[in-house]
Amino acid sequence: MSWIGETVDSIKSIKIRQLLTQAVTLGMIVTSALIIWKAMMCVTGTESPVVVVLSGSMEPGFQRGDILLLRMTKDPIRTGEIVVFKIDGRDIPIVHRVIEVHERKTTGKVDVLTKGDNNDVDDIDLYADGQMWLHRHHIMGRAVGFLPYVGWVTIIMTEKPIIKYLLIGAMGLLVITSKD
Amino acid sequence: MHSFGYRGNALLTFAVTILAFMCAIASFSDNFSNQTPSAQIQILNINWFQKQPHGNDEVSLTLNITADLQSLFTWNTKQVFAFVAAEYKTSKNSLNQVSLWDAIIPEKEHAKFWIQISNKYRFIDQGYNLRGKDFNLTLHWHVMPKTGKMFADKIVMSGYRLPDAYR
Repeated sequence: MSWIGETVDSIKSIKIRQLLTQAVTLGMIVTSALIIWKAMMCVTGTESPVVVVLSGSMEPGFQRGDILLLRMTKDPIRTGEIVVFKIDGRDIPIVHRVIEVHERKTTGKVDVLTKGDNNDVDDIDLYADGQMWLHRHHIMGRAVGFLPYVGWVTIIMTEKPIIKYLLIGAMGLLVITSKD
Repeated sequence: MHSFGYRGNALLTFAVTILAFMCAIASFSDNFSNQTPSAQIQILNINWFQKQPHGNDEVSLTLNITADLQSLFTWNTKQVFAFVAAEYKTSKNSLNQVSLWDAIIPEKEHAKFWIQISNKYRFIDQGYNLRGKDFNLTLHWHVMPKTGKMFADKIVMSGYRLPDAYR
């Protein structure tokens, strides 16, 4: 347990210049992560290039905790595509499959109906009151790729925020007490 | 430099990098598979064909679907999602696609099948344009991998026609 003593000693012996350097380094790490995230947004054309699957409505293909890689292009929306959409007035994105498309000849606008693979009924009940179809502006992206299990980290941190604070606290402690 | 923490960190970073690399090449290997799926759809019967109270046409069909999707399965395939959709044009809509039936195929053994069912999802038009309508039936498949890129494609079968009068 001597590392506790060492930790306390190193906190006591901290110098301002060293502290500032470490703060800048930490800032650089955080901003480069942000730059990568924004660059991904540009490349994939959607404001959330990665989503975590939160419900079991697309099982057995997508389980809770999987990560979906999204892309949005100007291509028309067609049946069979797995799309991520948000209902007006609700925050949570939903990932379901398109089962019906009606595209207007004159305007090119589409009416879209979706359904989760594991659900018995289509999503009409999920849409806002009186809404029968989704439109292009509701759809944030199409799922093009998939990574299993990686999203559990995000789910745990959202549902038990204490773990998030513990992690950040531990990282902060590591940064302060590291000798480089 | 040789503390437990440093070694643990290096090991973890290396492990995650290797795992990410393996997922990427597993997905990439899917590009080399030779895919020759085949399918046939027959309309056995038009069960009924009515105009609903809200003004839209609805038709109920019995379909006979034969398909062999075994060549779509690779070692990186978790499941194949197959569905049949009807595609047609109307005066208002340049394209209508209505999904009639779908199934999840979890294993290669189940991918060669023959099934006779009536449409799982209701075939309702936006309007009442379906009398005498020519339409295509498409069998789509969506290959969902264990990790990586998803593939989708379809076979279009044309030459189907709805009756000229309600029944």
